[in-house]
Amino acid sequence: MTELLLELFSEEIPARMQAGAARDLERLMVEALSDRGLLFEGIKAFSGPRRLTLAIAGLPAKQKDVREELKGPKVDAPAAAIDGFLKKTRLTREQLKVESTPKGDVYMALIEREGRDAAAVLAEIIPEVMGKLPWPKSMRWKPGVSTRWVRPLHSILATFDGEVVPFSFAGVSSGNHTRGHRFLSEGRIEARRFEDYEAALKKAHVILDTEERAAIIFEGVKSAAFVHGLELIPDEGLLAEVSGLAEWPVVYVGSIEDQFMEVPPEILQTSMRTHQKYFALRDPKTGRMANKFGLVANMIAADGGKEIVAGNERVLRARLSDAKFFWDEDRKRTLESRVHDLKGIVYYEEYTYWHKVDSIATKASIIAAEIGADPSKAKRASRLSKADLTSGLVGEFPELQGLMGRYFALNDKEEKEVADAIRDHYKPQGPSDGIPESDVGASVALADKLSTLYWLFHEGERPTGSKDPYALRRAALGVVRIILEKKYRFGLKWFLDLGWYGALTASTEGDKEKTESDLLEFIVDRLKVALKGKGIRHDLIDAVFSLGNEDDLVRLVTRVEALQAFLKTDDGKNLLAGYKRAANILKVEEKKDGRTYISEVDEKLLPESADKALHAALAKAVGAIGSALDREDFAGAMREMAALRGPVDSFFEAVKVNADDPKLRENRLHLLAGLRAALQRVADFSKIEG
Amino acid sequence: MPKAKTFQDLILTLQNYWARQGCLILQPYDNEMGAGTFHPATTLRALGPRPWNAAYVQPSRRPTDGRYGENPNRLQHYYQYQVILKPAPENVQELYLGSVREIGLDPNLHDIRFVEDDWESPTLGAAGLGWEVWCDGMEITQFTYFQQVGGFDCDPVSAEITYGLERLAMYVQNVEFVYDLAFNEQFRYGEVFHQSEVEFSAYNFERADTEMLFRHFKDAEKQCQELLSGNRKLALPAYDQCIKASHAFNLLQARGVISVTERAAYIGRVRALAQACCQAWLDSDMGKYTPRYG
Repeated sequence: MTELLLELFSEEIPARMQAGAARDLERLMVEALSDRGLLFEGIKAFSGPRRLTLAIAGLPAKQKDVREELKGPKVDAPAAAIDGFLKKTRLTREQLKVESTPKGDVYMALIEREGRDAAAVLAEIIPEVMGKLPWPKSMRWKPGVSTRWVRPLHSILATFDGEVVPFSFAGVSSGNHTRGHRFLSEGRIEARRFEDYEAALKKAHVILDTEERAAIIFEGVKSAAFVHGLELIPDEGLLAEVSGLAEWPVVYVGSIEDQFMEVPPEILQTSMRTHQKYFALRDPKTGRMANKFGLVANMIAADGGKEIVAGNERVLRARLSDAKFFWDEDRKRTLESRVHDLKGIVYYEEYTYWHKVDSIATKASIIAAEIGADPSKAKRASRLSKADLTSGLVGEFPELQGLMGRYFALNDKEEKEVADAIRDHYKPQGPSDGIPESDVGASVALADKLSTLYWLFHEGERPTGSKDPYALRRAALGVVRIILEKKYRFGLKWFLDLGWYGALTASTEGDKEKTESDLLEFIVDRLKVALKGKGIRHDLIDAVFSLGNEDDLVRLVTRVEALQAFLKTDDGKNLLAGYKRAANILKVEEKKDGRTYISEVDEKLLPESADKALHAALAKAVGAIGSALDREDFAGAMREMAALRGPVDSFFEAVKVNADDPKLRENRLHLLAGLRAALQRVADFSKIEG
Repeated sequence: MPKAKTFQDLILTLQNYWARQGCLILQPYDNEMGAGTFHPATTLRALGPRPWNAAYVQPSRRPTDGRYGENPNRLQHYYQYQVILKPAPENVQELYLGSVREIGLDPNLHDIRFVEDDWESPTLGAAGLGWEVWCDGMEITQFTYFQQVGGFDCDPVSAEITYGLERLAMYVQNVEFVYDLAFNEQFRYGEVFHQSEVEFSAYNFERADTEMLFRHFKDAEKQCQELLSGNRKLALPAYDQCIKASHAFNLLQARGVISVTERAAYIGRVRALAQACCQAWLDSDMGKYTPRYG
C-alpha cells in the first residue's frame, strides 16, 4: 500500500498550539489532495514538543487520466477570443477541431491530461500546505528568507512509498531523517515508513502520539499517588498542556513543606498549576489536599530523578513562600479597607472598579428586592465584591479573584452569605460552571454582568467575530442562565432599565434607548444559543419574542416549548399549513386591494356551513386562547389552537375564498384575517420556518 | 560538582564560554537601564544587515522591584548576562545548552525544557518569539528570536539569550536567600549589595524627587528629539537620552505618581524616541569601520 509519511521537525512548539497545528495540517492536506484528485484510505496527524507528523495511507501512485472536450469560441470570433481559448487550453489552432452547431461553426478542444505521479504532485502540495498552516504566531529566522514557521524548522522528513518526496520549504530540503529526544538519544534517525518511524522514535525516547503521552502521565501520576495512599485531583487542562511539554514523560513525586499546608488549598493548587504545572494530590478518605505533588519531567535522569525532584521542590518552596507571604499580608487588612483602593484600578477608560462596585451595589439591591433576597446583604456583598483585586494574592493569581474575596470576608467576620456571594458573583464562568448558589449571590452576579454589558454597550463596544475582549457574550449568557435556572420572574426590559443606575456619563434618552434595545437583541441572541443546546428552535423563540409583549424569559421559554411540542403534532402541522395558506392569500389580496383585512366578519354573509363553522370556532378560540395565556397555561392555549385545525381544513376544502361575489370574497378574507389574529396571540406564525 | 561555585565564577564561566564561541566580550553600558536589551549593543545592533555577536553583563534596574533587602529573590538592581547572536546560528539552542553544561548543570541529571514565552518591550517597540528555559521547573534563561526592534523588522534575525545571574547562581549554589550567595570565596552577595537594596528601595519608593524626575524626563526627551532633527542626526547620543527618559519613567512609576492612563502615554513617548533612534541608526553607517592603516 502506498503511504505518505511527513514529519516537520522544529525547535520547541508552544504546547497550546500543537493540537491545533496537527488538525490544520491534516485539514489542509486533505483539501489539497482532493483538489488534485488524489483520494486516500486513511490519515492521521500527530503533534508534540518538536514535531508535527502526518501519515496518509492508501494513496494512489498516480492521478487518474483526464479526458474532456471543451467548447470554444465561434470560428469567426475575434482573434483575441480565439487566442484566449488557445492560451487556456494550451493548444495550437491546428489542434482544435471544428464542429457545426445550429449557431454556426465553433472550435472544440479535446483535452487529454495524463495523470501525474502522486510523488510529483505531493512535492508541490506539501510546501504549499506548509505555507498555509495558520500558526497563531509565527516567525522568520533565516537571513533573507521571509517564510514563517512557529519556531525555526530544522528538518523535513517526507517519503512516499518509501522514497523521499523532494521539495524544500524555508530553505530546508526534505529528506528521510529526523532526530529523537533532545537528551536521551543521539544522532539522526532514518525512516521511510510510518511503522518504522514510530518504532524508531520510541527507541529514541520520543512518544509520537499525544494521547499516549497523556495516558502515560495520567496513569503515572495515579499510580505514584496510590503508592502514597493518595489520589490525583483530575485536571484535564493541565494534562493536555503537560502532554505537550515532554516527548518522553516521566512522573516523579515531590513533597510540599508542612508550613504551607495551612494556606488555602486553592492557592496551593493554583500556584502549583500556573507556575510549575504540577498535579495536586489528595487524601481519598478526607478529600483534603495532600502534601505531595506529581511532576512530569522530560527526562530519565541518571540519578533516578533525585536532583530533579529536589530542584522542583526548591522552586515550589520559593513559589509557596511568596503565596504564603501574600496570604499572611493580605489578611492584615480588611476587605472594607480595600474598597477605596479600587479607585486606582481602571476598568474601562476612565471608569475604575470603584465606580463598578458602586454601580453593582445599586442594581444588586433592587434585583434582590425583586427576587426576594435580602437587599442589604446583596449591597454589602457588592461593595466588597471586587476588593480582593487589590490583594497581593489576586495580583499574583488573577484566577483566584472572588475565591480569595470569600476567604478574606470570612476572615473579617462578614456574614457567610455575603462571603459566598463574593465568591459566586463571577459565576457562571463557562458552560461547565454552575450558577451562584444563593439568591444574594445571584443578585450580585446579575448586577455585575448587567453593569458590564450596559457600560460597554453604551460606550459602543460590541463583540465582533471571534473577538470579545470584555467577555460580553459570556456575561449575557450568564444573565440568561441565572434567570432561567433560578426561574426568576421579571421582565428583561425591567432588568435592562436598571442598567443606567449608577452609570457614569449622563446619557441622553436616545442613548439609553439605543443601548437597551441593542442589549435586548444581544441577550435574546444568547438565549437562542443557550436553548439551541436543548434542541429548542431559534425561529420559535423569534416567533414568540417578536410579539413584543413577552420578555419574561422563564415564561418565554415555557411558551416556546409548548409551541414546539404542538408543532410536532398533526394538528400543529396542519394548522401551521393552514395559517401559511391563509397568510399567503391575505398577502396577495391585501396588496391587490390596497387594504388590510381585520376580521370584521359580517355574520349574515356566511353561506356555507364551513364558513359558519370556522367563524364559530374562531369566536370561541380567541377568548379561550386569551384566558389560557393569562393563566400561563400554554398547553391549554395550544389545545385551543388545535381545535381550530378541523374548521380551517374544512374551510379550505369546501369554499373558494376569492368568491365571484365581491361582498362574499371580502367577508371570507376577513374570516382568514380572524384566523391570523387568533394565532398571533400565541406567536408570530409568519416567523416560523417550514 | 558545579564549576561555577561562586557568583563571580558564574560570570567568568559564561564570559569564557561565549568568548570561545566568537562573541565580543563587551562591558556594561554606563547608563541606568531596565534590562540588558537596552544596551545599544543589542537594541541598535540587532537592526540592519551586519553580523554581530556579543556578550556582556548588564546591571539592570527595576525600581518597582525594590523590597528593602527583605525579599529572598527580588531586587531593584540585579545582573543580567546578555548574549546577542546575529544572525541566529542554526545550532543556537545547542550553543546555549553548552553554556548550561559549562556552569555545571548536567542535562543528564536535570530536566531542561524550552517553554513558550514570547518577549515584548512596549518601550522599545520590540518583540520576539522564544521560550523561558526551565531547569527542574526553575526559569533560568530567557531565549528570544528578535522579530522587531523600534518597530523595524529584524533581518537577519538575532537570537538573544538572557540569563538572570542571581537566580541562576541561587540555583547552582543551592541558596534560598539571594543575599546569602557567595560572591566569591570571601564575600557574600549581601556584603556587596544589601545596604544598596535597602537604601535604593527607600529612594525609589519614598525619596526620589518627582519634580526633578519629571524634568529629567522632559529634558531627555527634548534633547533626544533635538539630536535627531536637522541634517546631522546623532543616533547614539540620541539613544542615550532615550534610555535616560526610560529610566526616569521607571522611577516615577515606582514613586506612584503616574496614573494608569498616563502610563500608556509615557510608554508611547519613550517608544517614539526609541523608534526615531532606531531609524537614525538604520540611516547611519551602523558601526562600519575600515582600518585606517590597513
